Amino acid sequence: MAKYKMHLLVCGGTACHASESERLLDTLKTIIADKGLDSEVQVIATGCFGFCEKGPIVKVMPDNTFYTQVTPDDAREIIEEHIIKGRKVNRLLYLNPESKEHVSDSKHMGFYKKQLRIALRNCGFIDPENIDEYISRDGYEALAKCLTEMTPQQVIELMKKSGLRGRGGGGFPTGLKWEITSKSVSDIKYVVCNADEGDPGAFMDRSILEGDPHSVIEAMAICGYCIGASNGLVYIRAEYPLAIDRLKIAIKQAREYGLLGNGILGTGFNFDIELRYGAGAFVCGEETALIHSMEGKRGEPTMKPPFPSVSGYFEKPTNVNNVETFANVPVIINKGAEWYSAIGSEKSKGTKVFALAGKINNVGLIEVPMGTTLREVIYEIGGGIRNGKKFKAVQTGGPSGGCLTEKHLDTPIDYDNLIASGSMMGSGGMIVMDEDDCMVSVAKFYLEFTVEESCGKCTPCRIGNKRLHEILDKLTKGNGTMEDIDRLKNLSKVIKDTALCGLGQTSPNPVLSTIDNFLDEYVEHVTEKKCRAGQCKALMQYTIIPDNCVGCTACARNCPVNAISGERKGIHTINQEVCIKCGACLEKCKFNAVVIK
Amino acid sequence: MATIKLSADKIDELKDVCKSFNNEKGELINVLHKAQGIFGYLPAEVQEIIAKELNISVAHVYGVVSFYSFFTMLPKGEHPISICLGTACYVRGAEKIIEEFKRVLNIAVGETTNDGKFSLACLRCVGACGLAPVVLVGDKVYGRLSPDSVKDIVAEYSK
Repeated sequence: MAKYKMHLLVCGGTACHASESERLLDTLKTIIADKGLDSEVQVIATGCFGFCEKGPIVKVMPDNTFYTQVTPDDAREIIEEHIIKGRKVNRLLYLNPESKEHVSDSKHMGFYKKQLRIALRNCGFIDPENIDEYISRDGYEALAKCLTEMTPQQVIELMKKSGLRGRGGGGFPTGLKWEITSKSVSDIKYVVCNADEGDPGAFMDRSILEGDPHSVIEAMAICGYCIGASNGLVYIRAEYPLAIDRLKIAIKQAREYGLLGNGILGTGFNFDIELRYGAGAFVCGEETALIHSMEGKRGEPTMKPPFPSVSGYFEKPTNVNNVETFANVPVIINKGAEWYSAIGSEKSKGTKVFALAGKINNVGLIEVPMGTTLREVIYEIGGGIRNGKKFKAVQTGGPSGGCLTEKHLDTPIDYDNLIASGSMMGSGGMIVMDEDDCMVSVAKFYLEFTVEESCGKCTPCRIGNKRLHEILDKLTKGNGTMEDIDRLKNLSKVIKDTALCGLGQTSPNPVLSTIDNFLDEYVEHVTEKKCRAGQCKALMQYTIIPDNCVGCTACARNCPVNAISGERKGIHTINQEVCIKCGACLEKCKFNAVVIK
Repeated sequence: MATIKLSADKIDELKDVCKSFNNEKGELINVLHKAQGIFGYLPAEVQEIIAKELNISVAHVYGVVSFYSFFTMLPKGEHPISICLGTACYVRGAEKIIEEFKRVLNIAVGETTNDGKFSLACLRCVGACGLAPVVLVGDKVYGRLSPDSVKDIVAEYSK
């Protein structure tokens, strides 16, 4: 590899991509070339840095300067000032919101301080389209070690000792899964990587594939060695074009280097990987549904057992792990089970990646040791709630999870604690909500999702969730009764006990957890016909404060249904029976006389 | 169902796609992805050809097409607009954005404007949660939107 004095790392993740990071990259390259610096300074597009809130991000190495919200117009200044004259461009540095000081090294930023990046170790450091960069950071060393120094059983033992559990949501011990599949007797076996990240609000798998695809390829090969498989398949969402491209490039490079194919690294081990595309069905995240989809069928789940480890893809033993789980494997093998199991909490080892989003200041992708508290994540890493509003709830686990509140903030995050609190780890989506979010509407939002995504095979899920959604809709329209709340609880229990697969068994969780934690809000919707967050349109009432009304007639003139009456220069009133709650009066009033109750 | 005349060279292209997957029925989803790339959508005629080529029933093909949200049996507009309804976008006001698009274009979700320029759809999470609420026009991502910005986006493509 050529030696460069300086590197400019430009984030090429999806969010930054959308903010013109590609044009920024091209502009930087052109100016560097114009100045004749292209033999000394290299410009690289990397994977996601995680700090999507402040994207696009440019990092200057070796001095670790972290520029935020860089536009193509800023390219010239960075090169002329920083690269040539050695003076940092202060206005592009991160501004610490408390001390109001510029921070140049990401290590000192609140967002990064508490993070420990293992699965994301290479995201934002290397060019994902260049295998040499992965190799220079100990890439494929773990595979070599397994193939030449360890037996499959030894690798499985190491994985079991490390305590790594499936990061897709289930939390099943990875080493144990490998062991079960390795013991199934068959001529052909498969390693499947589940990259069908369907959780709305979670994007860690996409970021890993975009930023460090080789780590997944290496881990799949190691898994193949352990279970005795020579075929690997990645089931990936068609909605992730960038990740698909990067994965294809990585597979091609690995083949060229003899790290995939026949006789890998001169041993007798053969392994290759193909891609299979998803087509937008949430239920395909479930192992058996995913396997049916890969076979070209409707992605409907089937009863377990038989488990895929015994009978999976075309009835052959199949080991399914998700992207983040695989990304951890090479590091664990390189650094050892003791190193890994020392990180995290008692029953959940290692780290977990979370997609932090919603009403929070620092939206982005973070990785923290298991056992970190929600408070640390939301306030220290996330920088607290947007616009100084009050924290209300954090939703974890996506449509299968639940809402956690103020009283859970000091709970250490791990698989078991989250379940005990009425939610779950899921794939790691973490959506923060503030006082303006109505919890009945949130439950309805998730049920709407489940109803749409239910495959329709089993009755509890197909019909039960539909009924849950209808009752929630009734509540948000102010037509609910107290019996409806009990009905929600009973029906939820029945669905949980009787649905066929993970989707149905967990779909009532958002309803149950919001009833548990926000019962008073449900009751208010029924008894007072009130939505304290002001989200449920049917329950809102627009009224005019007589003291503030000057009689300008602006509201009356703009009301599309003539619901407002009053003389010029006289106090106006809104006829509630005619009002359609469009909000036009509120928008037009210049005297703050119109309010929502 | 109304019959649509498919052009002969596009039919050949579709048959070639099937052949490139060895007319293997297990490759149905991959074939459908390519077919949607060629025709823009998957009308009954296209499904019939695929069924014949892969030697499976039309019902099987239709079952798969209707199961997955990525596949559509209706033609999309010249500029397909997709509004992200992931949770992050939802809590940051995606619903208001949908309402505004519906109002400005005067169509419902799932419909196409009379001039064939725009169609409106919802999708679940493009993974750009940092930019919520997010809208896709074709492949281009528009982030940090407010209802006010809807008019400008439509105007950009109306020229």
